[in-house]
Amino acid sequence: MIPSDPQKVTGICFDHVDVPNQNSLAVARKNGAYAFLPTVLKEFDADKIIDEVKTSGLRGRGGAGFPTGLKWSFVPRNTGKPTYLLCNADEGEPGTFKDRDIMRFDPHLLIEGMIMAGFALDVKDAYIYIRGEFLHEANVMNEAIREAYAANLLGENILGTDYSMDLTVHRGAGAYICGEETALIESLEGRPGRPRFKPPFPAVEGFYGCPTVVNNVETLATVPAILEHGGAWHAAIGVPNNTGFKIFSVSGHVNKPGNYEVPMGTTMRTLIEDYCGGLQHGTVPKAIIPGGSSSAWLMAEHYDVPLTFDDLIKAGSMLGSGAIIVMDETADLVALTRRLAHFYAHESCGQCTPCREGTGWLERVMNRVETGHGCEADLKVLKEASEHMAGRTICALADGAAAPILSLLEHFPDELRSRMAQSHQEEQSA
Amino acid sequence: MSAVEQALPQFSSKRLEEIKTLIARYPHSRSALLPVLHMAQEDFEYLSMDVQKLVAKTLGLHLMAVREVVTFYTMFREKPCGTYLLEVCTNAGCMLNGADELVRHLCDTLEIKVGGTTPDGLFTVTEVECAGACAGAPVVQINNAYHEKVDAAHMDVFITEARGQGGKK
Ligand SMILES: Cc1cc2nc3c(=O)[nH]c(=O)nc-3n(C[C@H](O)[C@H](O)[C@H](O)COP(=O)(O)O)c2cc1C
Ligand code: SF4
Ligand code: FES
Repeated sequence: MIPSDPQKVTGICFDHVDVPNQNSLAVARKNGAYAFLPTVLKEFDADKIIDEVKTSGLRGRGGAGFPTGLKWSFVPRNTGKPTYLLCNADEGEPGTFKDRDIMRFDPHLLIEGMIMAGFALDVKDAYIYIRGEFLHEANVMNEAIREAYAANLLGENILGTDYSMDLTVHRGAGAYICGEETALIESLEGRPGRPRFKPPFPAVEGFYGCPTVVNNVETLATVPAILEHGGAWHAAIGVPNNTGFKIFSVSGHVNKPGNYEVPMGTTMRTLIEDYCGGLQHGTVPKAIIPGGSSSAWLMAEHYDVPLTFDDLIKAGSMLGSGAIIVMDETADLVALTRRLAHFYAHESCGQCTPCREGTGWLERVMNRVETGHGCEADLKVLKEASEHMAGRTICALADGAAAPILSLLEHFPDELRSRMAQSHQEEQSA
Repeated sequence: MSAVEQALPQFSSKRLEEIKTLIARYPHSRSALLPVLHMAQEDFEYLSMDVQKLVAKTLGLHLMAVREVVTFYTMFREKPCGTYLLEVCTNAGCMLNGADELVRHLCDTLEIKVGGTTPDGLFTVTEVECAGACAGAPVVQINNAYHEKVDAAHMDVFITEARGQGGKK
């Protein structure tokens, strides 16, 4: 059970992930799952829930950090159309692997959060859009949902109340872009995942033209604790405007890679040294990707940055999905950037010219540079192509594609140039 | 019914029941397209043109609507692959922990290129994007199951065992 004293909280979404068989309803219930749900369904109403979530300061955990309560308050009421709740479990941003652990270890936490969110938004049909590769996780979710239906926690007249909600797991099929919320909606409508122009925003016109809320797994899994202990309780954890805990997925050159749920405001250094057992080689990272592959890199000078949405923006990057990829002195950053350029070129949905052409260009030039066939003019091409893409497209994939290239150019131009010098030496000695 | 239509593969009656239940979960049957394609790929191994026609007919969609989805999503295959599909993640976290070396080892051992299938039809090796399991880098998906912290020795054992079973999963 999560302590009601905010000072004593050790975790919210991950409070029970280590408990054996927490995925079964019986064990989850023993640990408090669904205990507060009857109170919410019988004594709370939509305004009260949305107010608590607003007070909590919860900001979306999917990447953009948008305030969840505010998002919910944008949903028009009494439109005569159904409202849909979509859980974004696409988890495709390179470096991110947290939602998977919530779903496979504590699926009932997500289900409970979705029932509460669904109740606040008057949702009859809710879906979990899970990336297609997570077959095991989809099976665990489906089994948990089956148990929840059998216990009258889902379906008609939940726990004897007037509220009814169906929940369906929907598997994607391998397309990073489907994590973008409007592409996710297109995909759920049985189409290729091509992002839509915004506005209209999904809250007003989403799934089949109806009001739709898209929230990340971690966001929804935080809701039960907020409603049980109150928005003010959550707001007392972390730092102002960046409240609560956050799960950081740490990978790359650390000794103990993994998911760590820590209070917002914990520093990067503490996370890497105290939780992740430090670097594999050396004592200072060569570069850190702080918020998934689409975020600008941080250098050693930012090692003490507090992990909050606001501090990472100040440091010139973003918190994103909380995916931290650490690179020590052994990392080949030119090769890594080339690999990411391939990723974005492969995953661009192709509907915006700057993104389709730009990601292709970046990949081709990076291939050339990595294999030692680059020239000084290529650096200019990389810079101009990246700058030309950012902010000129329907979705943020193009900005994400530009971020690693611009970081490499800014911080490691010598590494790029030595690749070129190397090739010239080879050519001369050949 | 024309001769061409009769030649189409068919879903089992159990599958058709499942599809009916599935369609009822959505506001429109079109939403069932991705899940039905997953089912079809499970039943028929890959999505041949005939299987895509079957899916289109089952959901009352134009063939083009099915085709554009099949070609957009990387998990859908239009061609058969080996009995064992080895999908190595080579994105950032896995790359920093030896994924490229692992791919090279697999290709050398199996004497194929990335994307290729061994002549006995047992193994296909591909590179995939971040599998969402980077703490377990390098990650290899073998027929949809995640294998984490995989090294060359682990794969060698797997290959020897798979060969010993003579191609049966
Ligand atoms: C290219 C791209 C990929 C994205 N992938 C994901 C994802 O895998 N999971 C996710 O929750 N949000 C992802 N997002 C963010 C979503 O568009 C959306 O902001 C989020 O799901 C909203 O949920 P939240 O408010 O709870 O964070 C992505 C955005 C972009 C532009
Ligand atoms: S920016 Fe790229 S991925 Fe996003 S909509 Fe445009 S082409 Fe598609
Ligand atoms: S980079 Fe391989 S699982 Fe994420």
